[in-house]
Amino acid sequence: MHNTPSGLSVPGPSRRTLLRGIGGAAALSAGIPLLSACAGSSGSGGDAKTVTLGSNASDAVPKKAFAEIYAAFKTKSGLTVDVNTKDHNTFQEQINSYLQGTPDDVFNWFAGYRMQFFAAKKLASPIDDVWAKIGDNFPDAMKKLSKGEDGKYYFVPLYTYPWALFYRKSVFKQHGYQVPTTWDQLVALCKQMKKDGLVPIAFGDKDAWPAMGTFDQINFRLNGYDFHVELMAGKASWTDAKVKATFDHWAELLPYHQDGFMGRTWQDAAQTLVSKKAGMYLLGSFVAQQFTNKADLDDLDFFAFPEINSAFGQDTVEAPTDGFMVSKAPKNKDGVTKLLEFLGTPEAESIYLKADSSVVAASSKADTSSYTPLQKKAYEMISGAKSLTQFMDRDSRPDFTSTVMQPALQKFLQNPKGVDSLLSNIERQKKTIFASS
Amino acid sequence: MSSDITTKTPEAAAVPPPGRAPEKKRVAQGHRRLLTRRDRITLGLMAGVPTVLHVALVWVTALASIALAFTTWDGIGFDSIKWVGLDNFKQLFTDNPQFWPAVEHNIIWFVVLILIPTPLGLFLAVQLDKKIRFSRVYQTAFFLPVVMSLAVTGFVWQLIYNPDTGLINSLIGANKPGHYIDWIGDPHLNLWAILVAASWRHTGYMMILYLAGLKGVDPSLREASSLDGANEWQTFKNVIFPTLRPTNTVVLVVTIIEALRAFDLVFVFNKGAQGTELLSILITNNIIGESSRIGYGSAIAVVLLVISLAVIIPYLIATFRKERRA
Repeated sequence: MHNTPSGLSVPGPSRRTLLRGIGGAAALSAGIPLLSACAGSSGSGGDAKTVTLGSNASDAVPKKAFAEIYAAFKTKSGLTVDVNTKDHNTFQEQINSYLQGTPDDVFNWFAGYRMQFFAAKKLASPIDDVWAKIGDNFPDAMKKLSKGEDGKYYFVPLYTYPWALFYRKSVFKQHGYQVPTTWDQLVALCKQMKKDGLVPIAFGDKDAWPAMGTFDQINFRLNGYDFHVELMAGKASWTDAKVKATFDHWAELLPYHQDGFMGRTWQDAAQTLVSKKAGMYLLGSFVAQQFTNKADLDDLDFFAFPEINSAFGQDTVEAPTDGFMVSKAPKNKDGVTKLLEFLGTPEAESIYLKADSSVVAASSKADTSSYTPLQKKAYEMISGAKSLTQFMDRDSRPDFTSTVMQPALQKFLQNPKGVDSLLSNIERQKKTIFASS
Repeated sequence: MSSDITTKTPEAAAVPPPGRAPEKKRVAQGHRRLLTRRDRITLGLMAGVPTVLHVALVWVTALASIALAFTTWDGIGFDSIKWVGLDNFKQLFTDNPQFWPAVEHNIIWFVVLILIPTPLGLFLAVQLDKKIRFSRVYQTAFFLPVVMSLAVTGFVWQLIYNPDTGLINSLIGANKPGHYIDWIGDPHLNLWAILVAASWRHTGYMMILYLAGLKGVDPSLREASSLDGANEWQTFKNVIFPTLRPTNTVVLVVTIIEALRAFDLVFVFNKGAQGTELLSILITNNIIGESSRIGYGSAIAVVLLVISLAVIIPYLIATFRKERRA
């Protein structure tokens, strides 16, 4: 079964072949998690040479990058990683039933509350033994991110990317703009850009999540990391005057946002930055994916969201982190430990980063010599941060953010004046959701 | 059957008929031959399997979701189901800012479908029924949107409504700062924008239904009315339209169903954001996902079920009454 050279042309074995890292038609295994799980259990009952892995890396670039990591792992340890790739969004939607059913040994997931949630539900295994070995490779902020509420490690981070205000160097040069470091400077810059016929801040909120990024930035700049985390965890009140102040600041900035954002996707909004019609864009560094022209990409730069409250300065960086978790009862525990130890090495990181340059390594020891200037800057910003946040929907209960916060923020954007009743409504809904389990 | 007889006869011959019994026995045998054991098993399976499936997939799930509407559950393990009584409904009716708009939009959806595309479909059907030239071509053109999946319809109309690059805004220059029309995002506009797309499709659907109805109108009725000197409008109003009554009932039911199940178009368009909330979308948003509010979502589903029943039960009663009379 394992040594069919012609395997690639036959649907069944081709998956196995791929899993050995040759790459190719993983689409086959996409829709059949149960089947593959069964195959895994029957095949690997005595098979200590295979680790199964559920992957959400369905896009071409990350998929290939991961395959290369697993190939390197195979050469090093002799263990095969049996990958079961599912469409990225489908993976997220099915994660509940997937983890309760017969999940793969290891699976791709996100750091933050989202990881802690499944750890608390006992759907993931603690991996303190892995961290005893890889701990030195990571900065403290990453360690903090990888722990569950019980203080045990549940997560191995692989890569991360910062949220910031992106702009075109040539546009700033042409108009003689300075990078703003305080709130007042930011507002003044927006005013000036408007006068110069630019859209000061590109914005698209059709998918409802980009607005969360703006909220996060203003809130932790104004009220600090600790308050932000408490608010996200459902502990602080949404009717607190601090939250109201966040929305007041946002309302001050709203007139400088691009018109018609409710009907625009982030990709379309990014195009206004590409075409130099917009001056700035608050987004994750994946905005670079929209800069398909090399000259445009070289012209792209970013700066951290300006300081609002001098007590906190710019000490917090929003840096969503992706990595790996172990399911509740992995079949090949030894193999899993070896794989995660490998994934926590700078070596695995650099393999990934060679293939995907829109993100940076989570490890502080990864080789940064091949980084683009943008990556270098992103890396410095993250490693210099006192605290890292993930993103509203990763730092809080996803059911709360998707059913309450997404519509609420859209409502605020439509009508910034109705913020008081909006906040008390959020608080009422929050209480019932956080009380439910 | 014949092979059945041939296989049976030698057997019957092997056992000599005792005395006078044959008469009775033959009857019994004939009865058995009509439904052999195999037949009964087959019939049992044919009726049983669908019944089991139906009960399991329709009734059990419906009843389970009604039961779940009174609980909170995140979908992880059965021990996390907590009984909360009417809390979900209380929250839904008082705290959920999307619920009442959703109910309102479902009603608007129905009213618009019945007021605009339905008469339009009837009008088109009457015109096409006159056997004008190229009527097949028109018929196909108007029916084409119905053939397309609603999700695809949604994508097509997005190309038209996209505020930056869409057809309308590009033509009228409404994609510049200052005078910007946000067809998809503006809560005062987007529902109507989607309803145009929904009507575009519904018109063809209605047209086909009415066309079928009109084919069934007895031509002698038209003849008689024209002999009586009625003009075209009078003929339609007093003769044709009343004979379309059964079709109108079907149209009404179909439109109600369309309004209640409206989902795909909106989901593709803007996922039921501000201004386009629908009950079906609220249910999906609450139930599907990584940490779902299954109890809460079920409560919304129960509301939708109650509304559906309120519409369907009177219809069924009326239909059964008619059948009983006939």
